[in-house]
Amino acid sequence: MKAEYNFIANIIEKNSTVLDVGCDDGTLMEFLRKNKNVNIRGIEISKEKVQICIAKGLTVIEGNAELDLKQFPKNSFDYVVLGQTLQAFINPEIVIKELLRVGKKAIVTIPNFGNWKVRLDLLFKGTMPITSSLPHEWYNTPNIHMCTIKDFVRFSEIINFKIVKSLALINKNISNISKSNIFLKNLFGELGIFLIENK
Amino acid sequence: MNTRENIKKLIIEKPLRLDCGKTISKFPLAYETYGKLNENKDNAILVFHALTGDQFVTGVNPITKKDGWWSYAVGPKKSIDTDKYFIICANVIGGCMGSFGPSHENPETKKIYGTDFPVITINDMVNAQVNLLDFFNIKKLFSVVGGSMGGMQVLQFVSNFPDKAKTAVPIACTSSHSAQNIAFNELGRQAITADHNWMDGKYNSKSTLPDKGLAVARMAAHITYLSKKGLQEKFGRNLQERDDLKFGFDADFQIESYLRYQGSVFVDRFDANSYLYITRAMDYFDLVKQFDGNLSNAFKKTKTKFFIMSFTSDWLYPTQENKDIVIALNAIGANVGFVEIESDKGHDSFLLEVPDFLNALKNFLDKSYIEGNNES
Repeated sequence: MKAEYNFIANIIEKNSTVLDVGCDDGTLMEFLRKNKNVNIRGIEISKEKVQICIAKGLTVIEGNAELDLKQFPKNSFDYVVLGQTLQAFINPEIVIKELLRVGKKAIVTIPNFGNWKVRLDLLFKGTMPITSSLPHEWYNTPNIHMCTIKDFVRFSEIINFKIVKSLALINKNISNISKSNIFLKNLFGELGIFLIENK
Repeated sequence: MNTRENIKKLIIEKPLRLDCGKTISKFPLAYETYGKLNENKDNAILVFHALTGDQFVTGVNPITKKDGWWSYAVGPKKSIDTDKYFIICANVIGGCMGSFGPSHENPETKKIYGTDFPVITINDMVNAQVNLLDFFNIKKLFSVVGGSMGGMQVLQFVSNFPDKAKTAVPIACTSSHSAQNIAFNELGRQAITADHNWMDGKYNSKSTLPDKGLAVARMAAHITYLSKKGLQEKFGRNLQERDDLKFGFDADFQIESYLRYQGSVFVDRFDANSYLYITRAMDYFDLVKQFDGNLSNAFKKTKTKFFIMSFTSDWLYPTQENKDIVIALNAIGANVGFVEIESDKGHDSFLLEVPDFLNALKNFLDKSYIEGNNES
């Protein structure tokens, strides 16, 4: 996941304020704090993960992005990061809107369900795909709203936000997604990375 | 009684105007310290005690001969590490462990103050204790820490003195005492004042202490510090040293015997009038009202880094009330961390051996201390 972090670090300006939503064990927070000297906060639903973050000296609040983002006023942060968790929310639309209210910009990464391995799994096995980045069975997966790179682009049109930058992660390499190559990026991309803002 | 006279006391000469309108001066503030103040004087932690606590945070309490009330958390290599930090704790004013309180003699009447003692508030308590910083020549505390009423003092302290603490750890507390909190405190006060030995607060010799009322107050309060699950697991319907019910009003059940014991040991160390005064101070605590309904304004001027903790089974100061403080701080972009600790031990969790809590407290303090040193 180093490539993903590097990309996120590349778009975040030095000394900015950042909120990592679903910060997990704080790996990205530490990375950004060290490399970009950002003033970074985290919000994480798991008590165990919050404890790990505290042990790393990170400022994290235990909370749920769907319920607890509302306590932050408009434009509280320069960037809000949502790493590979959009698909786990009950209402991704509300979450995206909240991210763009709390942050001036948001960075959202999604595991791409359009990836060829996922497609082949379903096509040949006829069972719900299980891959290294999507390791759960259908009945116990936290990922209840999987989407593809293409879906996310469509989503931006439907709920009306602007994609400033879109990239695909393929084999640890990052490449731009454009209108002309989206078919291939959606087929080979393991991860979609989007910098978004309000229109 | 000799040991009581050896209690460390700072006589505060400077007049202190109390919220009730009265002014006190030349009054004693009893305190204790642990660990060593370093050369830079940047390792001091002011610990605030809860309702029935005192300045003897850890080690053996010289008066009660029992372990200090926060022995699990404070000591060498513990969460609040006495090898690293200089810990100061004062008995609150209104208390009964040496600080100016209702059991002191009124020089005018030569009798104890009793209910002639001015009503004090959480604000008055911290305004008295801030004098300790001057006394030790400390410009800025590394941290202010406390649970329950101690947490309320933490909030009030940072609000009153926004640049006097680098970090603040309010634990299992509230920014505004709820109706339920007030109700339980009133129950305790009524138990005390209903004891005929209370005599309008003018009791003064050992034979006439309102021990029964105070014991009942303690018993009722003690229930609020525990959780239903915790009580059920510890006592259930177990009988006390008997095989069957005795069809009377002796302590048949272990829980009854336990509460009676808690009540009886409490009266040996606590003053009934102090109990009235301190519970009143808690009831009057409403930091939200102090800032015209907007708690965020209490912390507008501060850069203090907060870390707030609550406990899953604490129904006296539940998680939501602690979260309200987090929300108020986030609303102004303050630096705040928060975690709810899983525990069956109720409100008392912060005083007990709850590893997740003790680890989080230690990690927050130690990492913040290193961070602070790297900055400067």
